[in-house]
Amino acid sequence: MTAVDTHRAILAVWRIEQPRLITSLARMLRDVPLAEELAQEALLAALEHWPRTGVPERPGAWLMTSARRLAINHLHRAPMLERSHAMLLRELEEAQAVAPDYAADLDDDIGDEMLRLIFTACHPLLPYDSRPALALRMICGLTTAEIARAFLVSDATVAQRIVRAKRTLSDSGLAYETPRGDELAERLSSVLEVIYLIFNEGYTAARGDDWLRPDLCSEALRLCRVVIAIAPHQPEAHGLLALMELNASRTAARTDATGEPILLLDQNRKLWDRIQIQRGMRSLARAEELGGASGFYTLQAAIVACHARAARAAETDWLGIALLYAELSAVTRSPIVELNRAIAVGMAEGPASGLAILDRIADAPELKGYHLLPSVRGDLLRRLGRHEEARAAFEAAAALAGNRRERDLLRRRAQEQG
Amino acid sequence: MRFMSIVSSPASASYGNPTPELLEAMGKLADREIKAGRMVDNGGLMPLDQGARISITKGVLSVLDGPFVEAKEVIGGYAIFELSSMEEAVALAHEFMQIHKDHMPGWEGTCEVRAFAGSAGS
Repeated sequence: MTAVDTHRAILAVWRIEQPRLITSLARMLRDVPLAEELAQEALLAALEHWPRTGVPERPGAWLMTSARRLAINHLHRAPMLERSHAMLLRELEEAQAVAPDYAADLDDDIGDEMLRLIFTACHPLLPYDSRPALALRMICGLTTAEIARAFLVSDATVAQRIVRAKRTLSDSGLAYETPRGDELAERLSSVLEVIYLIFNEGYTAARGDDWLRPDLCSEALRLCRVVIAIAPHQPEAHGLLALMELNASRTAARTDATGEPILLLDQNRKLWDRIQIQRGMRSLARAEELGGASGFYTLQAAIVACHARAARAAETDWLGIALLYAELSAVTRSPIVELNRAIAVGMAEGPASGLAILDRIADAPELKGYHLLPSVRGDLLRRLGRHEEARAAFEAAAALAGNRRERDLLRRRAQEQG
Repeated sequence: MRFMSIVSSPASASYGNPTPELLEAMGKLADREIKAGRMVDNGGLMPLDQGARISITKGVLSVLDGPFVEAKEVIGGYAIFELSSMEEAVALAHEFMQIHKDHMPGWEGTCEVRAFAGSAGS
């Protein structure tokens, strides 16, 4: 193995073991930021030792032993403020004295701990920007550099976001616990929001040249599966998973060989991932069985499912989509949803009906500067044969688009209007 | 990226059923991987002698029921993962095989790790 291979192999093991390290340390130390730091230190130790010794037979047990030793050292250095501190140290030393038992490690059901960690990383009191970074770092095991690359920001920015979040966690003494009752619904919605934010950052790549950053999408999918595996009765979690699976199923069809975007209706549907669509459909059915049919994510998933069901673009159930958007619009009261409803109505009833909806939301402050408003308008105008107005709309949209490839596509559409 | 891990053992060896300890450890590992959102499907397969083979040889299509005396190795089970790298797939297969080494002494076999063609990511 080359040094680079070994490094990659260690990071792979790390990603698998890291959530268990953090949850286990956090449970012992009752301090998530400290647990995260010690887990990172254990990784550094592995990166130092394993290239010489090779990856051990039981890498998880090695990392756990190493992290516990680091915890003991830390507690020895830290001032003994409380009796509980000394007790904690004794517990840790006792745990360390017995040979690490790999089977017992597997026995350790981390489901509840993991859920607690997710709720902590996505806590609504943490700075908004910090939540996805902290979740990716603590739960998915991504490095600061990987997160920075994925979000197109500098390493320093990500490091700062994580430090800020950890400081908030330490200072506020935010309870490291799984919320119950009414609080659960509110906190879960923050978790799902973070997951969806990570997914969308990967899926739409609002800035920069890459149309897709698939790693973020798969991490978001994985996080959502984690939430569902340990909290299986939340319909919106299933709805979100369905929405993401169904959207991600089109990944291979969304760009051409040179990376240029291909619009949904022009995509080669044979490239859609059937296995992923099936998984998405199953999750959607589950969300509906659990009574979540009118949920925010489930409704969106139901809309995407209409596309997934159509073998050809011409077979799309636009009326069904328009009705689902109407329902979603009632839930969200968002002009962006109305914008999408205008597209569907434009397809189901004709461009004039779509345009009528657009006229009603044209001045919505939420849509100011949003390139899709003139882009959709351009498309409806084009279909009405109003090419001059369509060209102006596409040009306006291109001027607002933040993604180079999307901008080029809109310019091309403007030119096509003659 | 989507991966399939396929575990097989030599057809000549008759190991019998997995030990209860191995079954338990595999169950726990699978449970952990499902909860970690990485494993999306898995399953053990019934013995090959209860299976069938449909093959084409020298232009002739034939259907054969088991047992198959000429079989060299027998696939025992598979798992499908969504992972971010081949290295993760290898690390998981390594852990899976370590469990076999620990809980079913004398067993020999192979876990093959294959990426799905055209699966997203890099």
